[in-house]
Amino acid sequence: MTTAEIYELKLLACKVRTDILNSIHTAASGHIGGSMSAADVLVWLYYRQMNVDPSDPGMADRDRFVLSKGHAAPALYAVLAERGFFPVEELSTLRKLHSRLQGHPNMNLTPGIDMTTGSLGQGISAAAGLALSLKLTGKSSRVYALLGDGELQEGQVWEAFMFASHHKLSNLCILIDRNRLQIDGQTKDVMNISPVEKKLESFGLSVQRIDGHSFPELEKGFSWAETAENGPCAIVLDTVKGKGVSFMENNAGWHGKAPNDEEHALALLELEEQMRILKEEHYDSIA
Amino acid sequence: MTALRDSFGQALLALGAEHPDVVVLNADLASATKTSLFAKQFPERHFNCGIAEENMASIAAGLAAGGLSPFISGFAMFTAGRSFEQIRNNIGYPHLNVKICATHGGLSVGEDGASHQCCEDFALMRTIPGMTVVCPCDDAEARAAVRAAYELNGPVYLRFSRSSAPDMHSNPDFPFAIGKAEMLRNGYDVALIANGLMVSRAMEAAGMLAKQGISAAVWNFATIKPLDEDALKEISTTVRCIVTCEEHSIIGGLGEAVAAWIGENHPMPLSRIGVADVFGSSGKAEEVLSAYGLTSDHISEATAKLLHK
Repeated sequence: MTTAEIYELKLLACKVRTDILNSIHTAASGHIGGSMSAADVLVWLYYRQMNVDPSDPGMADRDRFVLSKGHAAPALYAVLAERGFFPVEELSTLRKLHSRLQGHPNMNLTPGIDMTTGSLGQGISAAAGLALSLKLTGKSSRVYALLGDGELQEGQVWEAFMFASHHKLSNLCILIDRNRLQIDGQTKDVMNISPVEKKLESFGLSVQRIDGHSFPELEKGFSWAETAENGPCAIVLDTVKGKGVSFMENNAGWHGKAPNDEEHALALLELEEQMRILKEEHYDSIA
Repeated sequence: MTALRDSFGQALLALGAEHPDVVVLNADLASATKTSLFAKQFPERHFNCGIAEENMASIAAGLAAGGLSPFISGFAMFTAGRSFEQIRNNIGYPHLNVKICATHGGLSVGEDGASHQCCEDFALMRTIPGMTVVCPCDDAEARAAVRAAYELNGPVYLRFSRSSAPDMHSNPDFPFAIGKAEMLRNGYDVALIANGLMVSRAMEAAGMLAKQGISAAVWNFATIKPLDEDALKEISTTVRCIVTCEEHSIIGGLGEAVAAWIGENHPMPLSRIGVADVFGSSGKAEEVLSAYGLTSDHISEATAKLLHK
């Protein structure tokens, strides 16, 4: 990946974070912390990783994505819109009555959504079912599923991991957004899930842990995942909840809170500043 | 007499031979639910999920989203009961093409006792928007229901009682359609509206009532949802009262569905035969059914009482 390519991805992630901020502010409701932590991996998936076509969202041999942590829907909607699955302007209808952009993803309403999710622990099972269906029908497509780290407290997640290992679903790539926070506080205090990697490995998954905000690391992690042959693999993404807005970062209070007008303006200034710096650095790098 | 899980297992086997998109999942109950027949013939399309019913329901959602026609199987208690929220959110909400097949429904589970006697499944499944709910009464209807469920594009809940059921249909190719009730006996004093194993008991009760000079119609409402409103229109204009009969709680099942329609459209006296608001007990199936009021005697007594009010 060239410096220019990394710059493009960073710029996109910054745009996506601005979209998330604006749509949740307009809706006056939504889960901003976990959307911000997932923004970079979603940009990577939809711009660099997955075989998808915005003009043909139901393409038969597309790769599939399941947002098992469905409350990060604002991030997924922002990426899908920026990628051209539907107009960016539509993001302002988030969580509105009869909008295509429901509070949690709906596969029958929104172009580009492969699975309806929202109830934690279930998306990963559905993703395993999808991966199995692709194998049974002889397709070489892959399935990517993103889970929250708090979501690992749901027992069904481990049933799904067992199933995926048992059936050697090598076309399934499990992503864990390890931002270490959940509604009631730190995961280690609410219900400790550590050691995550060891637990995943003991369930038969091949595991790597990377910085979920670094595009070069995402490139490495996903290239490794593509080599999986014997069974499912998992990438634990070290992330920061609320990433990109200083006063939201690492603060459980921003799990499901919408910014008021003042907070929105402050956050927007920060993201604009990041965008300005990115452009400046890019200008320097090509100058 | 046929155990309906045998009918289910054989119908599934036949369906599998005709349709390569049929895949079957079970949760360590392949032999008990008779999906073992399918598993033996089509091992590459049968997946044991282990004792993990919730995962099984969501896995099926993924398989359906991938274009296959999954049938999940298990005991009613752990399929409709334990996995309710997975069925509601993963299958019902996205309206995915999953067939939820529950054997061992109702009190006739017998000796295993209340923990395994599911008398709440109609209620649970009926409340899910877009869900079809069917409880066949005999071998021919069970086979037809499995086939009809496959042909319907969307989620279907199929419930089979554990007890063996006498044949109510002499012609195995009788016309069966989901959502269409069937009149088994004509009558003008009372309509006995039943499903599952209560259909044969309602027929017996009608014979007993005839001896008392009471003319009882018997209707088989195998489909609880969508409710056959045309049949209810016909029934409500030809009889003076209705008795519903089901191997389910009187709360939330066929009885309440019929009562709600009658109350809103054509009020008339109505009585519900079913499991009162209590848990079951261990015992031989017939003993349990009798102790909890699910016999032809109970139906005929309730009818006489209703008519003489």
